[in-house]
Amino acid sequence: MPTIQSIAGQDEQHPDVALVERVRGGDVSAYDTLVRKYERQIFRIAQHITQNREDAEDVMQDAFLKAYEKLEQFQGNSKFYTWLVRIAVNESLMRLRKRRTGKMVSIDEDLETEEGTVPRDLADWAPNPEQNYTQAELGNILEKTIKGLPPGFKVVFELRDVQGLSTEDTAEALGLSVPAVKSRLLRARLQLRERLSRYFRKKPGSRQTSPKEARAEL
Amino acid sequence: MTCTEFIALLDDIIDDSVAAETRAEVEKHLHKCGHCEIVFNTTRKTIEIYRSHQIYELPNDLRDRLHAAIMTRCKKGC
Repeated sequence: MPTIQSIAGQDEQHPDVALVERVRGGDVSAYDTLVRKYERQIFRIAQHITQNREDAEDVMQDAFLKAYEKLEQFQGNSKFYTWLVRIAVNESLMRLRKRRTGKMVSIDEDLETEEGTVPRDLADWAPNPEQNYTQAELGNILEKTIKGLPPGFKVVFELRDVQGLSTEDTAEALGLSVPAVKSRLLRARLQLRERLSRYFRKKPGSRQTSPKEARAEL
Repeated sequence: MTCTEFIALLDDIIDDSVAAETRAEVEKHLHKCGHCEIVFNTTRKTIEIYRSHQIYELPNDLRDRLHAAIMTRCKKGC
């Protein structure tokens, strides 16, 4: 049920709306502000889907250029960022299809199985396990861990948990239903947890995890 | 509450969007089920780690280059 607060919130104008209006009025510097605000996030989404740095660079540029060209079509009833993410996701998927020589790639693949919803690895983790690794090692672990997830899971996790979008905005940005976002998020969270356990679990009989074995895999 | 019921509610619990009554049941379950407590804590930690160590960071020099390329084309009308 909507609260009074959320109804009031809907009436408030998002700061992006004013910027979009200025761009429509011919002020390119307002678009510069929008690009600067969202370029990092768009790059990460593209990298999650394409898994390729050059493709992510191209997607980022193409997404912002396409958004600029199509700005007249942007309806104020969605947020600028969710609209932009949708463009970036489509560009990323197109790029991926090209690489896979036309094989269909979708964010909405039918993944409605129960797989990944039953936690198997039930070992506890060491306290602050990430501190057993250098920044570079940790970066490798996190990239390697998320890489194997389906694109739809990765992007839902990135938008909801890393970038902090609401479930509704994530659904809109990805063209998915709210239940589909929820189901992907649960499985993404549980699968990442399970995969990270390999690196972060407490070793039996020791107070701290010795990350030697896991590190050898990096 | 069973473990399956707990997992079905896991996201709402993590996002702190469960009703007070349900939360009391969740806490009761966590008190007696070590496995679910581990799943809950390590899932929260998973999110926290990904949030605080962002991967695929765009390096500043690349960011400047891409930004400049985008804006040059926008100024030319794409």
